[in-house]
Amino acid sequence: MSDRTLRGKVAVAGVAETEYYKWGRSPDPEFKLAIQAILKACENAGVDPRDVDGFSSYSNDRSDASRMSAALGCKQLSFASMQWGGGGGGGSGAVANAAAAVATGQAECVVVFRALAQGQFGRFGQGPRSKVVSGPAAHTLPYGLMSAAHQFAMKVNRYMHDHGVRQEALRAVSLAAYHHAQANPRAVMHGRPLDEAKYDESRWIVEPFHLFDCCLENDGAAAMVLVAAERANDFPHPPCYLLGAVSGSQHRAGATVHNTPEYASSSFTTVAPRLYNMAQVGPADVDVLQSYENFTGGVMMSIVEHGFCTAEEVNDFLTYENLIAPSGKLPLNTSGGNLAECYMHGLGLNIEAVRQIWGESTSQVPGAEISMVTSGPMVTPVSCCIFGSEATL
Amino acid sequence: MSASTPYLKPGLAKPVPAGDGLDAPYWDGLKDGKLILQRCNGCGKFQWGPEWVCHRCHSFDLGWQETVPEGILYSHQRIWHPVHPALAEQGPYVVVLVELPTADNVRIVGNLVGDPMQPLVIGSDVRGVFEHHPDDDPPNTLLQWEVFPG
Repeated sequence: MSDRTLRGKVAVAGVAETEYYKWGRSPDPEFKLAIQAILKACENAGVDPRDVDGFSSYSNDRSDASRMSAALGCKQLSFASMQWGGGGGGGSGAVANAAAAVATGQAECVVVFRALAQGQFGRFGQGPRSKVVSGPAAHTLPYGLMSAAHQFAMKVNRYMHDHGVRQEALRAVSLAAYHHAQANPRAVMHGRPLDEAKYDESRWIVEPFHLFDCCLENDGAAAMVLVAAERANDFPHPPCYLLGAVSGSQHRAGATVHNTPEYASSSFTTVAPRLYNMAQVGPADVDVLQSYENFTGGVMMSIVEHGFCTAEEVNDFLTYENLIAPSGKLPLNTSGGNLAECYMHGLGLNIEAVRQIWGESTSQVPGAEISMVTSGPMVTPVSCCIFGSEATL
Repeated sequence: MSASTPYLKPGLAKPVPAGDGLDAPYWDGLKDGKLILQRCNGCGKFQWGPEWVCHRCHSFDLGWQETVPEGILYSHQRIWHPVHPALAEQGPYVVVLVELPTADNVRIVGNLVGDPMQPLVIGSDVRGVFEHHPDDDPPNTLLQWEVFPG
């Protein structure tokens, strides 16, 4: 195997999140939320925060790495990285960047984090209020195409048309997330179950997305501590290794005004094979999947582009029974995910994937050894990663 | 064709050419009732959205060419939830992605005029409807679409 891999070179020492709030409800400003999550993750790892020497984030996180290093009194800053791109596309990319720094000796202990306080900085799910618009957005916004849901609905409609996908496949993704959230006391939607009738009767946001096909908007922060694999046994948790992490998108995914050649896609067609090649596993080996849900349709395309089923099998594969832990063929979004746990731009999915390896999920898949995350479908770049137990090395 | 009334209620941001001038000929063309898109003088192919280099042949000699505003409905969305105050009373509206066979199958975004509850059928033939806003500040023109033959 090539030395040019992250497989088995980095371990997760600790994870944590703040309390998760409905958007705008955080009592604390965004930077303080980030600090809280990072300190909790260090505590979870048994790591002195002063020994953290690197920070990795994505989606233009506003909590600057140098300020964070100073605020925490870190002995030094060895690595500071921001993954390009918006939405949750960088969730696993930020893990990849942090892991690359550790694996190549650039840093010793890198924190991946994401923090959001939409009360402080404004909501995602609203159109801009400017008087004029220029650049690529000028070709869409004056037609009322201005939110994330609008950006992606036409990809999903085209995909459903091309492959005969029924609404029930999207519904199953939502039902599974809400089912898992009922077992997760951290989840914003804990105690608020969803059933088929409630989904079917919910209002359209934009066809084919009902209300429950859309992610939440939340305040909070999440963090993860990465160290070299040699240190994996020095921490309270069972070892959890990174088997692979990659980011990117296919040919001209960033072509503007909806001109990407492979339009009806989650952008993973070239990325997923690179992940499996690095991790030296295939989709049949994956025990549990956390798949970023900006919208359920993106999960559907991510699952196909990662080889769990073909496009023609979506209606049969994406069922509630198949997607729930512990019995389903592919337990999906076992914390409740972005739909029902919290929308922390998907870093909560990476944390949940690690908890599955540790045996600490609130919807645990028994004996989970290989745990996968797909981050930010339909944007560019997207990213994905696979964690494994000691037995997988 | 030109539209007699705007499809959407007023109040959304008005389109203006990019500050670097990249798409100015397109917006100027719409005001004249013409669909003018970027076309490479090196390899003769259309490309959209506009860019400073041809993605096929890397020529910087990019020209502009009028094309007929007739296309095929590539995808669609019927939007219900308003995310802008100007659309609070709009009700459902339809955004379409139109593929232009006469311009190497580049795609552009617009609204599908008419009943927002009309059937939305991928593959339908559509033709452009120029929606002029001469009294806007600044004046601008949008390109809308209708199913053809209606």
